[in-house]
Amino acid sequence: MKDKPRNQIVISGVGGQGVLFVTRLLAEAAIAKGLPVFTSETHGMAQRGGTVISHLKVGEFSSPLINPGQADGLIALKAENLSQHGGYLKKNGWATVNSPAPMEAAATGRLFFLDADRLARQMDDPKTLNLLMLGFTLRRISETNFVKGWLHCDVDDVAAVLKTRLKGKVQLLQNAIRALEAGASAVAGTA
Amino acid sequence: MQQAVAKELMMGNEAIARGLIENGCAMATAYPGTPSSEILAAVAKTARSLDRRMHIQWAVNEKVAFEIAYAGCQAGLRTAVSMKQVGLNVASDPLMSAAYMGSAGGFVIVSADDPGPHSSQTEQDSRMMAMMAKIPVLDPDSPRQAKDMVALAYGLSEAFKTPVMLRPTTRVCHSRQDVRPGEILPLESKPDFKKDPLRWAATPKFRFQLHRELEEKLARIAKHPDTAPLFHNPNADAPQAVVASGVAAAYTAEALKNLGLWDRLPFYQVLQPFPLHTPFIEHLLNTYDKILVLEETTGIIEMQLADRGRVQGKLNAVVPRVGELLPEKAEALLANFAGVGVNIPEMPLVPGRRPTLCAGCPHRASFYAIKKAAPRGIYTSDIGCYTLGLNLKAVDTVLCMGAAVSQAAGFFHAYEGAEKRPDVVATIGDSTFFHAGVPALIDAVVQNVGFVLAILDNRTTAMTGSQPTPATGKGITGEDLAKVDLEAIVRGCGVGFLETGDPYDTQTFIATLKKAVAYSRDTGPAVVIARHPCILDLVRQGKTPEPVQIEVTEDCDGCGYCHQHFECPGLIAVDDGGRTQVDPLVCIGCGVCLNVCPKGAIVEKKEK
Repeated sequence: MKDKPRNQIVISGVGGQGVLFVTRLLAEAAIAKGLPVFTSETHGMAQRGGTVISHLKVGEFSSPLINPGQADGLIALKAENLSQHGGYLKKNGWATVNSPAPMEAAATGRLFFLDADRLARQMDDPKTLNLLMLGFTLRRISETNFVKGWLHCDVDDVAAVLKTRLKGKVQLLQNAIRALEAGASAVAGTA
Repeated sequence: MQQAVAKELMMGNEAIARGLIENGCAMATAYPGTPSSEILAAVAKTARSLDRRMHIQWAVNEKVAFEIAYAGCQAGLRTAVSMKQVGLNVASDPLMSAAYMGSAGGFVIVSADDPGPHSSQTEQDSRMMAMMAKIPVLDPDSPRQAKDMVALAYGLSEAFKTPVMLRPTTRVCHSRQDVRPGEILPLESKPDFKKDPLRWAATPKFRFQLHRELEEKLARIAKHPDTAPLFHNPNADAPQAVVASGVAAAYTAEALKNLGLWDRLPFYQVLQPFPLHTPFIEHLLNTYDKILVLEETTGIIEMQLADRGRVQGKLNAVVPRVGELLPEKAEALLANFAGVGVNIPEMPLVPGRRPTLCAGCPHRASFYAIKKAAPRGIYTSDIGCYTLGLNLKAVDTVLCMGAAVSQAAGFFHAYEGAEKRPDVVATIGDSTFFHAGVPALIDAVVQNVGFVLAILDNRTTAMTGSQPTPATGKGITGEDLAKVDLEAIVRGCGVGFLETGDPYDTQTFIATLKKAVAYSRDTGPAVVIARHPCILDLVRQGKTPEPVQIEVTEDCDGCGYCHQHFECPGLIAVDDGGRTQVDPLVCIGCGVCLNVCPKGAIVEKKEK
């Protein structure tokens, strides 16, 4: 049982950026591996351009929420989310942040930055910013490998989920996979 | 052996919907409201995928939704109605009476609460409404349990011939969990209304009798074994115990494990907070010196534990009475209760981004025009996306569904005889107008209230995820329905001034509003319908018009006027009075901002 992954990840951004979609892909990837999963989402008024946060818990849990100081990781689709939600991270947690430049954060161990806004503009596909960040996160964290076998899924697992979810929507799927892979490839160019 | 069905990632609301279908619900109705809105949509989706014939509908409001579903259960069918907690206020009239009359077929009322609150006017506890109505209520801790509780609820409802409430909270409604779909019961019940006027149309004399029966039912329900509390860790033995229900029970389970208290502190989960099981109350009071109760949002379980000296909870403010009982708070309370010292961090308060109307939202254009037409008016408003007109200082009051109209009347009457009577402009969405605005408008016509009602008609119920309105002509499964004509309703109420305009056509729309304001001063109620479809719908349907290319010229001196009075997320403020930027990722190209800059610095980009 020790080897069963137990991950707690906070995903945050601003309404309309696709926080819920990223959360859903990671959760579906967990289910595909037979792992128990919990997510918790923001709906309603906050979705109108306000701060949106999701909690994702993979493994044996009974509560849908992550306690402050307990998250393994944070995916921040906006740079400002790092200061807002960095408090969820445990010591030595990681965060992947959409930001043009590295930032200071009080809370955490390992921070990784990607200028996903710019990358999305370069690709002329601003709507896939969330998938760029997801691809970046999956590759970055599995490569960092500071906790062996830590992540419950990788780029290929999420690509498989996308293929199921976007079945029949050829163009959407193609764009989504392209963004996921572009995000993953961007790891090579970042520190 | 049959192969097990694969687990699915189910939102709490989807799990409830699945539970309804699995348990033979034959009629489901609702009015949308966060966090409950996805329930009915999921019922429709599941029914369609299974080719199940049942009546599923959005109703004009919660009272109507309740009464339709209730009649279905009077006809012997299993039925359900869902809404958010404040929607239950609207449906409270039929609720109180239905409790007396009881049910024939199983009847489940899903009322979703919103501790926090995240997207509601109040943190009220629907379980208290169940207590007031004297019907049993079930309190799920997770999507999985929410689905299981639908079966329990129908069983309870049919065993005792009573409506049963299922009360999920936001954290259950909007969590997702791996849930295994269950077997689907065939739709067995056939409509068979048994006339019984002494029950179904009881006069006050017989209501007394029904009330007596209700009390007897409640006493038996409080001993019903199927919904009795669960003792999760019978090996734990201590003079104290913790009692929790709903998602607070999920937090408690995890916190007890985190704190190493699982084997030490007895933990009971209440499934049915009202009526609390009487043998359980006796057991608790006979066994433990101290009892901590964790529940949201009012101390309903706690109230039913008579020995106040031994109980810690909301009533003696050990547990906070206000706000969401987050897991870290629950953990700190448990640690304190068990006398173990631990440092549990809480989130530092870093202000987030406030919600705002979408780029290209027609409401922004309407509010801008309203402020131009009645600059020093009193602006009453209502429940919907347009509540965010607050940011634009074009919303002064928000009370509840439909109140924009009646409050406008109230302000008008309040200033009667005053030296200077302010203009009053009410804003209400199309769906909200149908829901509760119409009776108030009739009243305003009768009293000849001088005010302008701007009906922000974006052709949808936008805030809750774009459900159809009575004017849409489509049902929840996309089926064709009759359309109601908004203008005809307004005219039918007896309003003398009615004009419809497109707020995107800014200058003309401002002129229309000015005419309406003048009419309201001299003559009586004036209605302006601001008609432009929700931008999210247009984007979804790929029907956005050709975008206007916007640029900000060097005439911009960074005065901030456009941010204060227009607040479009497509216009980015630059610190220290720098030139405002256009965000090309966000700007939808509606072109309304071309009317806004006092320096004329927001212009259409010239062809290069």
